[in-house]
This record gives sequence, structure tokens and C-alpha cells, in this order.
Amino acid sequence: MVENKLKREIPAKYAEQYGVYDGEFAHIDSYQAATKTIKPIKPNDSKLLGSIHEAIVKTGLKDGMTISFHHHFREGDFVMNMVLDEIAKMGIKNLSIAPSSIANVHAPLIDHIKNGVVTNITSSGLRDKVGAAISSGIMANPVVIRSHGGRARAIASGDIHIDVAFLGAPSSDEYGNINGTKGKATCGSLGYAMVDAKYADQVVAITDSLMPYPNTPISIPQTDVDYVVQVDAIGDPDGIAKGATRFTKNPKELLIAEYAAKVITASSYFKNGFSFQTGSGGAALAVSRFLRQTMIDEDVKASFALGGITNAMVEMQKEGLVDKLIDVQDFDHPSAISLAENADHYEIDANMYASPLSKGAVINQLDIAILSALEVDTDFNVNVITGSDGVLRGASGGHSDTSAACKLSMVIAPVVRGRIPTIVDAVTTVVTPGSSVDVVVTELGIAINPARQDLVDMFKGLKVPQLTIDELKDKAYAITGVPEKIEYGDQTVALIEYRDGSLIDVVKNV
Amino acid sequence: MERLRRTMMFVPGANPAMLRDAILYGADSVMFDLEDAVSLKEKDTARVLVYSALKTFDYSSVETVVRVNALDAGGKQDIEAMVLGGINVIRLPKTETAQDIIDVDAVITAVEAKYDIPAGTTHMMAAIESAEGVLNAREIAKASDRMIGIALGAEDYVTSQKTRRYPDGAELSFARNYILHSARAAGIAAIDTVYSDVDNEEGLRHETELIKQLGFDGKSVINPRQIPVINGIYAPTIKEVQKAQEVMAGIREAEAKGSGVIAVNGQMVDKPIVERAERVLALAKATNMEVD
Repeated sequence: MVENKLKREIPAKYAEQYGVYDGEFAHIDSYQAATKTIKPIKPNDSKLLGSIHEAIVKTGLKDGMTISFHHHFREGDFVMNMVLDEIAKMGIKNLSIAPSSIANVHAPLIDHIKNGVVTNITSSGLRDKVGAAISSGIMANPVVIRSHGGRARAIASGDIHIDVAFLGAPSSDEYGNINGTKGKATCGSLGYAMVDAKYADQVVAITDSLMPYPNTPISIPQTDVDYVVQVDAIGDPDGIAKGATRFTKNPKELLIAEYAAKVITASSYFKNGFSFQTGSGGAALAVSRFLRQTMIDEDVKASFALGGITNAMVEMQKEGLVDKLIDVQDFDHPSAISLAENADHYEIDANMYASPLSKGAVINQLDIAILSALEVDTDFNVNVITGSDGVLRGASGGHSDTSAACKLSMVIAPVVRGRIPTIVDAVTTVVTPGSSVDVVVTELGIAINPARQDLVDMFKGLKVPQLTIDELKDKAYAITGVPEKIEYGDQTVALIEYRDGSLIDVVKNV
Repeated sequence: MERLRRTMMFVPGANPAMLRDAILYGADSVMFDLEDAVSLKEKDTARVLVYSALKTFDYSSVETVVRVNALDAGGKQDIEAMVLGGINVIRLPKTETAQDIIDVDAVITAVEAKYDIPAGTTHMMAAIESAEGVLNAREIAKASDRMIGIALGAEDYVTSQKTRRYPDGAELSFARNYILHSARAAGIAAIDTVYSDVDNEEGLRHETELIKQLGFDGKSVINPRQIPVINGIYAPTIKEVQKAQEVMAGIREAEAKGSGVIAVNGQMVDKPIVERAERVLALAKATNMEVD
């Protein structure tokens, strides 16, 4: 066992293979970017194939290769299940899959794991059924959990080498010019898929909306695409819009949002030209509403909003409160449409969004980020990947990326959910180190990270209750009691990579 | 100085999460409901839950009130559990006569004696929800030393009057004024009815302005979102606060000099003006205004 800087125990063989977390910027060094093999297309070649089966044959997919998918369709994704089912039928085994994330809809993956089709996984997240199955120990090799920026880094540096990327394309022409704003299953930005297309040896575009050549705007260009397959349907629009959240009427979420907005507007960052990222979810969207009102009242305009774009941000941009939207993914249909129609709504890839090894990610320019949490501990470490029972059920997302890079990172969460404390002595799993987290906002008030003495001074006059993180934890435990220790097995089921590729924690089987 | 009761928030007794979160929203009083908000089969559950909540959570920042069932419908058990739990106020619904109050008082007195709780610890209030109740409000308000307030329950009342709620509130005019007079004559609080259209902020605002003008202490609320609206209307203006501060400064100066009668800015200041100034400052403080 090797103890990393946060005193989390990392099994020696993984510590040796990945390195261990040693501070937010400890492993940021120059590197040789990954390369790929290109099979050139000649003037009379056609890229259009009749089926996914044919595409698998043409790519020469073999046992032991790595394939990837994007998660822009969220709970509405048909592509990963279709492709894996076909691969399983063809008898190909021992694959590594590298989807940008995994949703509930991907539960059929469990059988592919049990049948030996899939033997390695890297992903941002694992939801209920797949997460529970993996936590129970169905895989011999641990899943590697990577943040959005960390995945882009891993692909760009060659830690993940994608042999074939199977990319759901809301619209494509026969030559592989792809965008996410046209077609039947529009998802808006293709920011996560763009990285795969750039670095994969072979790219198969799977579309249900074949467009006349040239299909513009071009998010993924023909020069990165080997084959195009037309199918009946690549996704369910309702599931794709799962990120859409109505404006909450939950009084507790509203209270947390109101406190968060007060913190933002009382900060020195809140001035003309500031920038923010709020993410999705009821309370996060409500923050945008409160923020919007203060921006109007005090005549403050933002230079850009980053994300994770929602309709709330689109409306603020239309109102002239935000100059530009920088968009790596869209959580709802109106924001997907806005990307197509609005020149100040700009699509970026995950590398530009958040990679720690790029030549400067957008998050480095970000002032304020609102982030969620399953747990926060008294060292301000955040868990967004496992439940309090130790079972994998969340997603790393952009959490560790954004909070490390932005100037004011705020984690919003209720002190208690149901009968489970959110503020705890030690998080079940660390995804984001406490050194990246500046303010925790709860319904009882805020806790400022004492490492940010400048913020302690800045918020002296703020009319929001202020507590220490230990006081918040005490209040949580006063309601729930002290949580019982989780009994883990000996098997490592997931490795939690920090964005730089080192291991910040591991998850054992339960 | 009597405590502020701008907002008295209903909390269904059978909902543990709402019991836990009741203190979050800035209500002056929280009213746990064991009566209409609880279905018949959950009456025992709600009683045990509210008792446990009183014993578990820190409600010291608010006044705790419980709406109990009628004495012949579980009210006696409700009162025993609540008094033992340390509730501040027992609220009797559908009060018709002074005898109703005397009967509840007797139950509370017995429970306090049984558990060695100092007599008179538990306060009472009455909800008046019928023509009979309104006409007896004066006697009801004075029926027990435990009484701290009477409240109008308009939904049952308008039904008994063969009318319904209207936006201008004319149908409640007599009841409001009579209950208010009865409360003031007894020296206790007067609480207005709920505004049930939660999404109509403008309507709530209008109704609150009216009852504030009449002199009510505050309103019952059914959703936390109504609290800031009501508190906002009860918040004094900066000018009112400044004037109140001048009055209080004048009083302190007069006391220091040993003079009985004082004048501030050329106006004589007597007892009612001092009382008004004290209430303005209390309201200002409760609304987080800067007050020395």
C-alpha cells in the first residue's frame, strides 16, 4: 500500500502503474502528444456502410482492442448498447471500452462484462445498476474513473489509445461531417466526442439523419472519420434532455441557491466581465435565477458562461447579461438549438474545456464554478462517485477540473439527504481534493475553506450564516448520528484518477 | 417586549423531512399539524414523530406551536405527548366557546402536574373558524392565562357564512376586526388566516398589506416561499427605524436627567409612541436591518 498526499491508501501495483496524487499541479509536465494511424481515403472510396456489423468488420476490430463512445445522449443513448450487442454476437472478446460516461440505460453492459466481451472500462461515471454490479466485483480489472479533463488528457497523451471510436452522430453526411445540432437526436455540442475523433485510429459515425454533402456546421470533420453507418435511431430525445431541470420550487434548494448567489455577488469576482459555470440540477439552476436578478439590479454583465449549458444560461445570453456561451455539452434541447443559431454560443472540445495538459483550458479563465457533491468532508474533500454505502453511483465529471482551475469554487449541497449526512468526517471516496474547494454552501449556511483567508475576509459582512465545516458536520451528525463504517472486501473495483492521471483514491468491492 | 409572530408556518406532523427542515426558512413560529394535514390512519405516527422531533432537533430559534385534534378525537393524547416534548404553544382548532379553552387548559394542567412541569409553562392559542367562534372571540381570548393569541381560520369560516374567499377580503372584514379587537382587549396576539394560493405572490402581498394595516401580528403560512414576502411587508422603512431610534434615544436621555415627560423633534413622546418605537425596532432587527 502507498499512501497519497490525502492519506488515501493505494495498492502498490496501481501506485506504481499510475503514480499517486501529490498535489493539484504536481504532475503537470511537458509530454509527447499521442499519434494515430490513418488509413487514407482515395477519391472514389465510399465511407457509407450498410450496418454496424459491416463497420465492425471493416475496422478489423479484434480481441483486446479499445473502443470508445460519447455520452452526449445521456439516458437516451442507443449507440453503445447497439454496438456492444453486435460485437458480442460476432464473438469478439476482451475489449476495453472508454465511453466518456455511462448511464442507467447502459445496464446491458453488465452481461457483456460477465460474458467476457468487455474486460476493461474507463469512464467518468457509473450509474445505478452498472455501478452496483461493478461494486459487487464482477470485473477482474478495476474501472478507471477519469474526470472530463482527465479523460481528454489521457487520450491526448496516449494513456487511452482508442482503436475504434463509435460516435453517435445526430447528423452526418456520407463523408463524415458531423454536428449535434441537426437531425432527430440533437444533443447540441459534441465536445466529448470531438476528442475521440481527433485521436482515435478509426472513427465510425453512426447516424439516423444522413444529410446532403457538405453537412455544416462541422463539429467533427470528414478528415477524422473513416466510416458512416445509417441506422433507424441513435437516441431518444426525451432521454437526451434528461439533464433538463425545471426551475425548482423546493424551498430548501431555493434557500441553498439564494445563499450561493449571495456569496457570488458579494465576492470581488462579481464585476463586469466575470465568468461562471453552474452545471445542472435544481439548486444550480436556481442559482442562475438569483444571480440573474442581481446582475440586472447592479448592472453587471458576464463575459462568458461555461458548461454544461442549460436553457437558463441561454436566456441570460439572449438578455444580454452574458456575452458568450462556451459549450462542451448541452443539458437540454433549447441550448442545443441555441448552439446552432447563435454565433456567440461556441462549441469546444473536452481538451479545450478542461484538460490539465493542454496549452491552457477554458476553466483556467473561469472565475466562479458552482458544483454539487454527494459528500464533503471536514478537509473539504469532495465525493461525487460513491454513495455513503460505498457503491459506485455517480460521476467524476468536470468536478476536480473546474474546482482546481477556477478562482472561486463553490460546492452546494444539503447538510443531510434523507437520513444520510452529506457533510462527514471523511468522504467515502475522494474525487476532488479539499485544496480545490473554496466555499461549501448548505441550507444552514456556508463554510469557507480556512486555506482561503482572503475569502474569510471578503465575506465578513455577508448576510449568510457562516459556520466552520466541523460545525456543519456536527449539525449533520446531530440529525443522523455518526455513520457506521462501510465493510469493504479486498478487491479493488475502481481506480479514481485525479485529472493529472495520478491516483487520488480507489474503491473496494462491497 | 412580546415576541414577533409575523409568520406561523404549518408543518405536516407526519412528514419527518419537513419537521427537520422547519427551522430553516425564517418563520417566527412553526406550527406542527396533527389535525387536518394528517390522515386518520397516521394520527399516532404524527404524534410520535412530532414528539421525537421536539426531543431531537434544536427548535430554540423559533416558537413551537402544535395544532392538536379535538379532545374527543385524540386531542388528549396529543396534548400529553406535546407538553412532555416541551412544546411552547398548544393550538386548539375550531374553537367555539370559552369552555373549549377551559377544557384544554384542564388537560394541560393535569399533564404538567403529572410530569412535574412548572404549571403554566405551556401556552395556548385558539383558532376561530365559525360564526359562533367569532362572536365568542372576546371570551375565548380571556378564557385562560395560558392564552397568547387567537387566529382566524378562514376556509371553514367562509363556508359557515355561505360565501367563499374573494380577492378583496370583504367577506372576512367583520371576523378579522372582531378577532383583532378581542385579542387586543385581552392583550394577546392576533394571527390572520393562511393565503392558500401559493403561486400568487401578488395576492399574498395584497392581503398581507391589508392585515398589517388592520393591526394583525402576522399570518399563518403554508409554504416557506411565503415567508420572505410577509416579512418584507412587515419590515419597517429606514425612516421609521430612524424615528424609532430617536424616540428611544430621547427616552434614555430623559431617564438620565430624571425627567418624566420628553419631547423628540418638538413632539411630545408618550407611552404609545414608545411602544410603537419598540415594535419597529424589533421588526427591523428581525428583518436583518442594521439597528444599533
